[in-house]
Amino acid sequence: MKQFSSIFWREFMSYFSGPLATVFIVVFLLATGLTTFSIAGWYETEQANLQAFFMFHPWIYLFFLPALSMRLWAEERRSGSIELLLTLPIPLVAIVAGKFLAAWAVAGLALSLTFPLWLSVNYLGAPDNGVILASYIGSFFMAGGYLALGSAMSATTRNQIIAFILTLLICFAFTVTGLPMVLDAFRFILPDILVDSIASFSFLVHFKTITAGVIDLRGVIFFASLIVIALFTTVIIVEEKKAEGA
Amino acid sequence: MIRVSHLRKTFGSFLAVDDLEFTVGRGEVLGFLGPNGAGKSTTMKMITGFLRPDAGAISIGDVDVNLHPRAAQRLIGYLPEGAPAWAEMTPRGFLDFIANIRLLERSERIHALGRAIEITELQAVLDQPIETLSKGYRRRVGLAQAILHDPPVLIMDEPTDGLDPNQKHHVRRAIADMADEKAIIISTHILEEVDAVCSRVLIIDHGREVASGRPSELAARSRYSGAITVTLETAAASALVSTLLSWSEVSAHEEIVRGTETSLTLFPQQGRSEALLRKLQNQPEFGFKTIALEQGRLDDVFRRLTGRAE
Repeated sequence: MKQFSSIFWREFMSYFSGPLATVFIVVFLLATGLTTFSIAGWYETEQANLQAFFMFHPWIYLFFLPALSMRLWAEERRSGSIELLLTLPIPLVAIVAGKFLAAWAVAGLALSLTFPLWLSVNYLGAPDNGVILASYIGSFFMAGGYLALGSAMSATTRNQIIAFILTLLICFAFTVTGLPMVLDAFRFILPDILVDSIASFSFLVHFKTITAGVIDLRGVIFFASLIVIALFTTVIIVEEKKAEGA
Repeated sequence: MIRVSHLRKTFGSFLAVDDLEFTVGRGEVLGFLGPNGAGKSTTMKMITGFLRPDAGAISIGDVDVNLHPRAAQRLIGYLPEGAPAWAEMTPRGFLDFIANIRLLERSERIHALGRAIEITELQAVLDQPIETLSKGYRRRVGLAQAILHDPPVLIMDEPTDGLDPNQKHHVRRAIADMADEKAIIISTHILEEVDAVCSRVLIIDHGREVASGRPSELAARSRYSGAITVTLETAAASALVSTLLSWSEVSAHEEIVRGTETSLTLFPQQGRSEALLRKLQNQPEFGFKTIALEQGRLDDVFRRLTGRAE
């Protein structure tokens, strides 16, 4: 446990030793603000809820979270510190999980800094705070899903830029499969049951059910299982890559 | 303390380590010598549990590295090639992190940190980010990390590579200071390092052992072993060479001209080394500046064994 928390804290602090975490948080707050007020027109809807705020989270995450996850393993491989890390007496699973949690914590910190918006809606009206809490939790778990995919992609390369692009691609696939137009396109060529199972992997679909206020654990379970699977994939990729002598 | 048997590792169709076998006991410093790509680093990576061998066994004390890598890694201090560390951390933060991972208790921790910092003389730079440190200091940070938990086994991949002579001397002295109580393996392609710190040498090429023994034993296998090198004025050299070559004790010679000084190496006939030396010493009229009996040259052996001889 002490080893695990050391891995976590080292990684977490390293995000803040450079500008990365700060830039990420600032840009994330700007992007959420912009989409909420300008694109979704939160004021104009004149409703005391945060639907307009949460609605763009999948898209914001899609572009910003790969920047957090890209360095997780690529940088260790490039600098050679992976050799040091993996010859310390600590299980690889603990390293993978600790590093992932550090990235997730940075994302969680950025998300929690949107609290003024929550204060505002409560000042302006009487929103359903249960739905808002569920949405925050859903958004946090969705961020974890993106980051866990990013962790696995980062383990495939020693180049952070490649890690970023791979993550963007795979996260894009996991996101757009929920768009009606994409699903409709699939419906032309695939039977309904396959289209439905594609949709069931979509971040959009799961996130929407959460933010719509449906009391449903399935969304969170989906993201949690995806995180676990992606982290185990990371373990396997790290093992495989070092066996190649890389 | 370290026992390696029938070790073998391939990467695809490339045979990196081929049936390597050796042991290193407490108090020994084994020098791993070989050209680049000979399999030195790969072997070290297997000993430290980073890579899995295709075949063969490695044990640290009684612990099998493949079966119980964590237990083995607790007994090992490892300095990977290039002494990687996290550049943004300070040596203090870095060593603290290692102490946490190695689960050092509070009391032993202060002692361990103090000891490692003292041996590697890092006091002056403890709070500077590692990325701002010189190569020599970075290497010492890596060394401090490796010895932090006072491991019985120390594995160091090119510990002095790229350092200036002072820094090299410093790192070597640190290694020599610890040599009595540990089993140490260092890899290098710097031959002077072997003389400086190693009690035994293993030369490998293409993943295979080509020679092993004490540095002096290996050097004795050089054709320079028993040869006599004299230095003299270049102007006088050519006339003397023909005289010397006519002696029955001399079989061949080698001449290196350095400006006004020439160094002349005479290879004696079988078993005539002592006689030749005495004879040379009794010729003051030749005007030799120095006369030296050679013990043999490790670099000559190295080049011959690893197929790089002219």
